[in-house]
Amino acid sequence: MAEHGLIEQSAIELEGVVKEYLSHGEVVQAVKGVTLDIAEGEFFSLLGPSGCGKTTTMRMIAGFEEPSEGVVRLHGQDVTNVPPNRRDVNMVFQSYALFPHMSVWDNVAFGLKQKKTPQEEIRRRVGEMLEIVDLTGREKRRPRELSGGQQQRVALARALVNRPRALLLDEPLGALDLKLRQAMQLELKRIQREVGITFVYVTHDQSEALTMSDRIAVMNDGLVEQLAGPREIYERPASTFVAGFIGTSNLLSGTATGGVLEAGGGRVLVPGHDGEVSVTIRPEKISLSADEPAGDLSALPGTVAEVVYLGTYTSYAVTLADGAEITVFQQNAHDAATTAERGDSVWLSWQARHSYVMESR
Amino acid sequence: MRPRRSRGRLGDRLLHAYTWLVILWLSSPIAVMVLFGFNDKQSKSNASWQGFTLRWYGELFAIPGLTEALKNSLYIALVSTAITVVIGTMLGLALGRHRFRGRGVTNFLVFAAISTPELVMGASLLSLFVSANLPRDAITITIAHVLFSLAFVTVTVRARVVTLDPALEEAARDLGASAWGTFRQVTLPSIMPGVLAGAMLAFALSIDDYVVTSFVNGSTLTFPLWIIGSVKTGIPPQVNVMGTLIFGIGVLIAIVNAVAARRRV
Repeated sequence: MAEHGLIEQSAIELEGVVKEYLSHGEVVQAVKGVTLDIAEGEFFSLLGPSGCGKTTTMRMIAGFEEPSEGVVRLHGQDVTNVPPNRRDVNMVFQSYALFPHMSVWDNVAFGLKQKKTPQEEIRRRVGEMLEIVDLTGREKRRPRELSGGQQQRVALARALVNRPRALLLDEPLGALDLKLRQAMQLELKRIQREVGITFVYVTHDQSEALTMSDRIAVMNDGLVEQLAGPREIYERPASTFVAGFIGTSNLLSGTATGGVLEAGGGRVLVPGHDGEVSVTIRPEKISLSADEPAGDLSALPGTVAEVVYLGTYTSYAVTLADGAEITVFQQNAHDAATTAERGDSVWLSWQARHSYVMESR
Repeated sequence: MRPRRSRGRLGDRLLHAYTWLVILWLSSPIAVMVLFGFNDKQSKSNASWQGFTLRWYGELFAIPGLTEALKNSLYIALVSTAITVVIGTMLGLALGRHRFRGRGVTNFLVFAAISTPELVMGASLLSLFVSANLPRDAITITIAHVLFSLAFVTVTVRARVVTLDPALEEAARDLGASAWGTFRQVTLPSIMPGVLAGAMLAFALSIDDYVVTSFVNGSTLTFPLWIIGSVKTGIPPQVNVMGTLIFGIGVLIAIVNAVAARRRV
């Protein structure tokens, strides 16, 4: 949390939260003990594969699920058993859940009407909100008359108009096509800066999480595997799961002696480590060369098995002597076509600081 | 290409003819009913066309027994529909939305209520009322009508409920609505087409029921019972007029519902 030195108050705190279900007579733990501390104004993502417990975690923050154990606090107040209609958070649903029998205006005004807000204020705030999400002029439409992107923005406006202390978003961009999704990612980020509200974002899309988040909690099997900023999650994955889930990564393992791991006819520098280790290396950190590189580098010999040209970069699959396969990305910065062809013998090398070492548990 | 086209045209024509034949077959009894409401009949029976008149519309309520029977029928239909819609909507919501102990049994009972022959239902209701020492009158008829139309309303509402996104209700709660507020503002409007269809079904089932009613009516006569009773002496044209009016109102409601549904969905 070094990059967040200014945390004054937690917007959302989860303390040892567990959620158990009864499924076919068996107790299943969807969330196995999650402790989180989400700061005011933060864009926080819960990232993980389906079934990892991220949605259940969010639903406990919203109040749709009651934790079997643990405490949920919103702005320091224990809300563990408070129903959703009395929590100062709002949610954007994956299906949007727009009320089909109401106009865009009535959808957005719904929350304010429940709170008996004066008519005049409702008119002003709904108008302002529709302007922020760029839907002015569509107030009288029914949700089904809008495009997917517009429905998405109505859902966002309907939640934000209440000025919640935190906004919860459950895979809100999942139903949109790629172009629209990318546009909405930037849009969401802009809106968050504009309204200054804490966003908690649930997604299984790692690039989405990396693009938008201040911090990410990577979840797997009901537990938080890593909680850090996007850069750290990418560069310094805390577990083999995180390394595998975020981006492409290569994994080598073996026994290190004196800070060196002998593998596949070469050496991997793991300074300060001894014994069973596994090493993660990102494909773009690895260099390809025809000759054995000189200097203080990790270096492995191998044979190019596949070359895939991908526009901005080329992806190489290199097979090591022990059969392991390593993926290497090379930027296509120069005109020179490819640095290696299929079947070429090559050396892979990278600096020691790009090896991320985990001691086997 | 050519022979296929002409064969297609012939097939089209046959299909057209067949469709009109079916429509004619289905609507001819209604047409006869409407027509003979205008029959200027002189004899006792109203079976042969003797000229056009609006007399029966003017003398609609000239037969006290018939008017009384129609009143009874409308009253029973309205009350039983109101009761059925409330209970049926709750049942449909519970069965469509929640998993609970006894759900399977309830589903089975709903199905059983639909598939039980009316004769059986009428006979068993009669023996129930007799052994419970309940006098047979409009109230027992109403109870019986609620009973046999309940399953239909339940099924119609349940069909609508299962298509409902559960997130809609969660969204309402999330936006600050109470449980009752959520039901009133979101759930009920969303299932309204199912509720209305169920209500129309219940009303239609009640107003023309003969079999079950004939077991539990005691000395109370409803519209269908009165008509059956008058068959031997000749059905008066007022019956045709009343039938025409009821049918007309039904058609009107169906049209309004269709237009509203088109606007809604």
